[in-house]
Amino acid sequence: MSARISPDSVWVLGAHMTRFARYGDRDLIDLASESALAALADGEVAVGDIDILACGSLFQATGAVGQRIQKQIGQTGVPVYNVANACATGATAIRTVIMAIKAGEAEIGLAVGVEQMGKMGLLGAGGAKREKKVFEPSGRYGAVTGVDGHLGTETMPGVFAQAGMAYAHDHDGVGFEQFARVAYKNHLHSTLNPLAQYQKEFALEEIMESPMMSYPNTLLMCCPTGDGAAAVVLASGERLASMPAHVRRRAVKVSASVLTSDPFTEDCHVQPDVNTLTRNAAAQAYEAAGVGPEDLDLVELHDCFATAELIHYDNLGLCEPGGAGAFIDSGGPFRDGATPVNVSGGLISKGHPIGATGVANVYEITTHLRGEAGDRQVEGATVGLAHVIGLASACGVHILEKSAA
Amino acid sequence: MAQECTACGARFFDRRNACARCGSTEFKPVTVDDSGELRAFTIVHRAAPGIPVPFVSAIVRIDDGTWVRSNVVNCDPTPEAVQLGMRLRFTTYPIGADDDGTEAVAFGYEPA
Repeated sequence: MSARISPDSVWVLGAHMTRFARYGDRDLIDLASESALAALADGEVAVGDIDILACGSLFQATGAVGQRIQKQIGQTGVPVYNVANACATGATAIRTVIMAIKAGEAEIGLAVGVEQMGKMGLLGAGGAKREKKVFEPSGRYGAVTGVDGHLGTETMPGVFAQAGMAYAHDHDGVGFEQFARVAYKNHLHSTLNPLAQYQKEFALEEIMESPMMSYPNTLLMCCPTGDGAAAVVLASGERLASMPAHVRRRAVKVSASVLTSDPFTEDCHVQPDVNTLTRNAAAQAYEAAGVGPEDLDLVELHDCFATAELIHYDNLGLCEPGGAGAFIDSGGPFRDGATPVNVSGGLISKGHPIGATGVANVYEITTHLRGEAGDRQVEGATVGLAHVIGLASACGVHILEKSAA
Repeated sequence: MAQECTACGARFFDRRNACARCGSTEFKPVTVDDSGELRAFTIVHRAAPGIPVPFVSAIVRIDDGTWVRSNVVNCDPTPEAVQLGMRLRFTTYPIGADDDGTEAVAFGYEPA
């Protein structure tokens, strides 16, 4: 399966990501600018060709990051959209550019995702209070103290642990070992990816015996914090058709671009529902692209925690309904399995600098569809899916197809 | 107590300007039953400074259909003691005093 160039289609022309790491000597503008310039060069376009810039950075959402990037790579005066959408921030930046191209307001656009987190620690845990402690009802709920730790947990490893355990409640064959096996796979995959923050294989037992964060998620089943940037250049099919043959050959079609939020479910006010919006996004994306999960040669999905990846096998239709445990046990998502998942190492090992994540997984799929992924290449890949989810919630799904040109 | 949408019956613990399910703007206070089932949990070993660990965070489905997030108390915080599907009942427990000695009380669930 490979895609032809129709005028109203949208294509990835260029893509780049920095290695995810902790950069003490570079700031997020350095990282984003490196990626932006490299993506432009990869797509053989100049900054003057760009009609729109969308920039995703969650923790500097009010920092005019897009305009600060322009001051490093070219102040051309084009519209800049700085976007923030939790862990779907990068996918939202890409989708912003795609919508502008589809609306006819832009022919070529640049989407950049970047984050500098350093050693940020446990997300969702808040900060220690130092002032005198007095219990007085205050705020919207008349609470005398925060609820974290008293009415359940608000930490990310815990919230996603509960999402996985809810799946384990409803389906047989899912437990600690199945979740741990997800992390085993992603750490193993990362050993082939020089851009991954960590590139080390761990035995299943090491993963299960590493320090417990929030059962069943151990330390090695949680993504790290870190720094990094990724960028993609997107173009309309009409514009691509006038470009040289070698550019058309490396271009990758965006067959579907979908963003959803979480619809009401009866338990959504006590635990974030990461399932329904992913299922809705997947259904819309498969329909738009005219492909099904069985057509996918690789998937990059949002494995912020091992418990999250497992439930998305089912949400994205990669396994039989209820069969996510059997899917990992049978090796289905390993790089030599039925549908390779997170051959990059995933968030668990490649890293998760939040704003960069949703752009980096489109970079990863693009690189495989071009046949340029080196040691980690999924041979003969022609269709791939990139998925991210951010709590609150937002889900981005992009389906990409190799060019027939 | 929960707020129940008079149009569709959806229940919320906080106040809403309109129902998140149907958009209706009328709610009535309802009493939530005491008994339910453990539908999901995690045993938290790492938390913010000052929060005692380990503790069991739980998603509970009350028999009347209300969903509640709270802690499971009076139960060993181990995967052997905490079982998906176990029956739970409502309880309250002290969560400490402030610097003036005023004690705060939280609700939780214990094995039934």
